[in-house]
Amino acid sequence: MIVPLEHVLVLALAVFLMGAGCALLRRNLIMILLGVEIMLNASGIAFVGSSLAWRELHGQAFVLFIMGVAAAEVAVGLALVVYAHRRTGRLDADHFSKLRE
Amino acid sequence: MTFFGALFYILAAVILVSTGLAVSSRILMHAVIHLIVALLATALLFFLLGAPLLAAFQVIVYAGAIMVLFLFIVMLIRPVEEPRPRSRRLWRLAPPLVLAGVTFAAALVLVFAEPAGTGGRLELASASPRELSEFVFREYWLAVETVAFLLFLALAGAYYLVRGTRGSPDNTEEP
Repeated sequence: MIVPLEHVLVLALAVFLMGAGCALLRRNLIMILLGVEIMLNASGIAFVGSSLAWRELHGQAFVLFIMGVAAAEVAVGLALVVYAHRRTGRLDADHFSKLRE
Repeated sequence: MTFFGALFYILAAVILVSTGLAVSSRILMHAVIHLIVALLATALLFFLLGAPLLAAFQVIVYAGAIMVLFLFIVMLIRPVEEPRPRSRRLWRLAPPLVLAGVTFAAALVLVFAEPAGTGGRLELASASPRELSEFVFREYWLAVETVAFLLFLALAGAYYLVRGTRGSPDNTEEP
């Protein structure tokens, strides 16, 4: 006997919203990537909790794939950050507006 | 409240507090360290919710590989500290915060109005690594291959992006 599933879902929801706020409000490129990681982590919590509630392994299998996708995303994302930093010397997302001009 | 229930709430508090600190920290290094704490607590939560293999992978892949990559990049490019937001910009935070609050409230109503799953409390259970592995390779073998291919493509893409940006004479745009 642990807790109702609702509490797990509320925890995942709160963590997801914090990650979304981090990805949307922060101007630093690395913090935006960090927010995406937090959101993926929150969805993992919801998947594992639901997997336990329904006694199905599909949720846990999906968390495995989420980890694979997160690893790929962070590799390409951080390579882009390094590339942008070498090109301009800045990390501010407001600074990358070359297409607008 | 049972022992495992108390454990869940302690882990949830650790996850929420350290994630909040990571999101609101002005210094990148502190943010990454706080997030590592949150991810390790999430690994313990996975163990509590009956996923020991995922708990191990959370420590190895998330806290081990991904966060170390973040730390490495933060140390590599040595970013300057973000300036504090000026007070006249604070009102710009209001619409997203209101939207987030409304979303949170709506989701709370949804979660508690429609009791999810079996109702009642979650029972303790655990899926052994052998069960999970056999299940994944039986039901999702194509997805496993796809993720492997995706990881290879990500490796190639990351290599292509950072290749030749330092020390190559033909790159004139380097600052």
